[in-house]
Amino acid sequence: MDLNTVTGYRRARTRADLALGPGERILGGGTWLYSEPQLDTTGLVDLTTMGWAPLTRTDEGLSIAATCTIAELLAHPDRPPLAVECANALLASSTIWTVATVGGNVCRAFAAAGMVALCAALDGVALVWAPSGGGRHDYRIPVAELATGNGTTSLAPGEVLRALEIPARVLAARTAFRKIALAELGRSGAVLTGRVDPGGEAVFVITAATASPTVLRYPALPGAAALRADVDAAVGYYTDPLGSADWRRQVSGVLLEEIRQELA
Amino acid sequence: MKFSINGVAGSGEPQPGQCLRTFLRDQEHFEVKKGCDAGDCGACSVLVDGALVRSCLYPAVRADGAEITTVSGLGTPEDLHPMQQAFVDHFGFQCGFCTAGMIVAASTLDSTDDLPRRMKGNLCRCTGYRSVRQAIEAGVRGDPPRPAPGCGVGDSPNPPAARRVVTGTEPYTFDLAVPGSLHLRVLAAPHAHARIRSIDTSAAEAVPGVVLVLTHENTPQERYSTGRHEHREDDPDDTRMLDDVVRHVGQRVAAVVAESVAAAEAGCRALVVDYEVLPAVVDPEEARRPGAPLLHPDRTPADRVDEAGRNVVLAVHGGHGGDVDAALAASAHTVSGTWRTSRVSHAQLETHGAIGWLEDDGRLVLRASTQVPFLTRLELARLFGLPEDRVRVHTARVGGGFGGKQEIFAEDLVGWAVLRTGRPVSYELSRTDEFQRTSVRHPMRVGVTLGSTADGVLTAMKVDVLSDTGAYGNHSRGVLFHAIAESVSVYRCPVKHVDAEVVYTNTVPSGAFRGYGLGQVILGVESAMDELAIELGLDPFELRRRNVVRDGDPLLVAQHAEPEPDLVWGSYGLDQCLDLAEEALARGNGVEPPPGWRVGEGMALALITTVPPFGHVAHAAIHLEPDGTYRVDVGTVEFGNGSQTVFTQIVASTLNTTVDRIVLRVADTDAVAYDTGAFASAGTAVAGKALHGAALDLRAQILSRADGVLERDGVRTAAGLVPFAEIGPLTGTGAEFGEQRSLSSNVHAVRVAVRPETGEVRILQSVHAADAGTVMNPEQCRGQVEGGVAQGIGSALYEEVLIGEHGEVLNPVFRTYRVPQMADIPDTEVYFATTSDTLGPYGAKSMSESPYNPVAPAIGNAIRRALGARPYEQPFSRDRVWRLTQPRIMEP
Repeated sequence: MDLNTVTGYRRARTRADLALGPGERILGGGTWLYSEPQLDTTGLVDLTTMGWAPLTRTDEGLSIAATCTIAELLAHPDRPPLAVECANALLASSTIWTVATVGGNVCRAFAAAGMVALCAALDGVALVWAPSGGGRHDYRIPVAELATGNGTTSLAPGEVLRALEIPARVLAARTAFRKIALAELGRSGAVLTGRVDPGGEAVFVITAATASPTVLRYPALPGAAALRADVDAAVGYYTDPLGSADWRRQVSGVLLEEIRQELA
Repeated sequence: MKFSINGVAGSGEPQPGQCLRTFLRDQEHFEVKKGCDAGDCGACSVLVDGALVRSCLYPAVRADGAEITTVSGLGTPEDLHPMQQAFVDHFGFQCGFCTAGMIVAASTLDSTDDLPRRMKGNLCRCTGYRSVRQAIEAGVRGDPPRPAPGCGVGDSPNPPAARRVVTGTEPYTFDLAVPGSLHLRVLAAPHAHARIRSIDTSAAEAVPGVVLVLTHENTPQERYSTGRHEHREDDPDDTRMLDDVVRHVGQRVAAVVAESVAAAEAGCRALVVDYEVLPAVVDPEEARRPGAPLLHPDRTPADRVDEAGRNVVLAVHGGHGGDVDAALAASAHTVSGTWRTSRVSHAQLETHGAIGWLEDDGRLVLRASTQVPFLTRLELARLFGLPEDRVRVHTARVGGGFGGKQEIFAEDLVGWAVLRTGRPVSYELSRTDEFQRTSVRHPMRVGVTLGSTADGVLTAMKVDVLSDTGAYGNHSRGVLFHAIAESVSVYRCPVKHVDAEVVYTNTVPSGAFRGYGLGQVILGVESAMDELAIELGLDPFELRRRNVVRDGDPLLVAQHAEPEPDLVWGSYGLDQCLDLAEEALARGNGVEPPPGWRVGEGMALALITTVPPFGHVAHAAIHLEPDGTYRVDVGTVEFGNGSQTVFTQIVASTLNTTVDRIVLRVADTDAVAYDTGAFASAGTAVAGKALHGAALDLRAQILSRADGVLERDGVRTAAGLVPFAEIGPLTGTGAEFGEQRSLSSNVHAVRVAVRPETGEVRILQSVHAADAGTVMNPEQCRGQVEGGVAQGIGSALYEEVLIGEHGEVLNPVFRTYRVPQMADIPDTEVYFATTSDTLGPYGAKSMSESPYNPVAPAIGNAIRRALGARPYEQPFSRDRVWRLTQPRIMEP
């Protein structure tokens, strides 16, 4: 929709361009920003003109630029495991993927954010640029910690998500995935991932069902009862139009058990 | 910036925050539609440098240098793209408002694997997706065009607008450039109940571009109802254009008219309103208890508010045949239950709205998205103190209705603003406005108790209904009367009793919705019948056969011992519908449940009258031109119901001509003397009948001028062909008043699989049998049935407008209100009974609303039989269905 309060639009080319004036905010793909009224916004600073390579393979792993679109991620030969599943878990269809960015989805940080699920499943780390001046420094933070609630993050005003880094050690892991919603392809009520690393360590992650990612780590694949107990004990199950808290807890347990068996 | 649209270079400067959708429309590319303006529906899909994007989410400034392709760039009416051709050939649209975006998205597919996922971002509210899916499959394959269909009654010609709809060239309400038009936007109430002490408009009036601010102080004070009927006394006069009391969150408080949408919005934000917040009631049960806050305490029965002192708009209490409780006590078997239905949004993809202007002679003209142009004109003329002939209301093609446009939600403000400013004014509602400020399906609580003999013959029926009309009573009375009509009269039962009330609450108003109340009570009655079948160990089809009214039986509602005199059995097909559905379900379709899921079958029936009570009027005229063209004037509206197609078929058959010789003018108060409107499925049964009369009249006139056989180019006489130039011009006229009503029937049956651990419900087989009398256009009628079933599935399993504790709508956007996607709707086997009605034109009956009505109870009954536990609250969402398996867990 038209953002009629917006009177300025800057295309960022350098890091200095990312310093925000009053009323300005960062524009990624825009697929969320343009989907709701933004009455407190008077200026947009377009991040997609920074010219960042969408996806880079390094010795340490993968670096996904914040501006990498969902479509670019999926089309890339080095795309990480679970990328397709997590993209399909988005309510957003492939029509949105051509514009929506991985970083935008993480920064918006809805509980149902498929890219948060992807990064959390793979121990992804966010590289955050601090605003220049003011003595703050760039830093890295696990995505599972950056997403602090249903639509909230730990990012401070002026900070910019530069990239999402997936460590090399997980790229060879075995993974499994489940998603459920109140409708077959609806906005996720629960997204469950499981990962068994080459060393045998197991990581299960609940997103969408809990307000922020719930990461369950085990030195080896747990038994059904232990996993279910941890799922039941997790905090943050919530009720909204996309599902009730009790149901989210229930289906998280059922589907994570399916994942556990698949990875056994 | 420079760009190209469909290969034509252009230049222009978008606003910094403008999205591509409105920028394209500013360039008069009206084929790019707005369904949600939030990326959820897909109606605005276009290609930007070959990539599929949502133009409502795409910053317009990013289109600098881009090549943009819209649906109109894919093909033209004369030279269709293969995907456009496929949508024509497979009837892949009804209202057609989603079609432009749907076709653009489908045109990018190279495979139909996993089609529901690939198309999940494109919503269609009309078709139920089967025809869309088949169209896409044919388009991807590149099927050749289908041979030209016949064009008479019983054939399946395409809608006259088909080639324009699929190319984006058929205009809808706002697809029109109106130079100098002002824009109107509305300030929404933040409180569920409040008195407005004052509105300071000075800051708003100072906003550059603001021309006029409307409040309760400078608008007409008369009360009326947004709901419109043939008789205005059917609805309570409880609504003011702008009121000094707000009764629900989202109600209009004031309107700002400005040179731009941005200025109008800024003006709304600059209004300073002083509210005295009042106690509110959002629960319908509490609303009628002593001491509850009163919404309309000053209204009286003269305003059609029966008991304002306890928030009751209408109460119906009565029965016949004796004491129902005694009859129940004496019955061999009794079953009882209480069911609840949700608020449902019509979710027509075209939102409400209107554009108005003054003609040179000062006549007020409104182009509106409405099902009822004539009724709107009548009420606006009354409200504005104008003679009727000083107001003209017309529609372009309307992008979906489902009852939601049998209302005045925009025309009043637009008309008044035009009269005040003398300038054109446009008001287009947003999707969130639709949820907060138009209407929803009446939520009801329905208690049903049935008694029967040991043989399953009904002995007593007791129905208790509480309907919630929200803050205003539009349609509250008619919906309640209808709710307890055919749902109850379909069964022969010696003792019937009903207690039904409809109450005000401080919530979004309820209004007319497909089925008009019947479906809510049918959920209760048909679920109770299923429970009785289980109790008796009887097959549910057999139980129905033992109790349904038979051909010629009187139709007895509970509160009257005599049938309504205007009801006649013009035909009877309920027996065939029961047989057809039962046989199809028994045949099965080979679809297996997933391992570990439980399976159940369910069925339900529904009866509906073909015309609303107390009259429904249509006038029609056909003008024969000397060149053999028939100019057809009909008042009713096309909004996806297919009435225009049926009209051409009636004319083609009666006058032995072809569709290319037929020119329709519809939905315009200038077209004919009067037409009640396109609601209650009256398009074919009433307007079609009037048109048939006009055609017969014209035919008789023609043959009185030349005795012979009427042909396409003239009359064949013994002396040879007499051309129309020697016969015409002539005009035939017809009228229908809906003085008698017949009955249509529907039976739905399903086999479902349920996963108990998650509450997932999968429909394995969906069967629908319908008695539509003579089926005028089989492909279209099938589409109406499929669309009704799909909306029924949505209401049964997914859709619910949620209200918060302060009366606010919690999910006023499509990403949180679940309109079914392609993945959610299985194919439905559709069967038609073989009947011919003595009332309808060519023996046809209505078939638009009714397929919706039996779907939810059929699904609920199947879930009951799969799980051994019955769902009582609609929608039967996954969390509720799972909770059925956890009897001690309470809903949070």
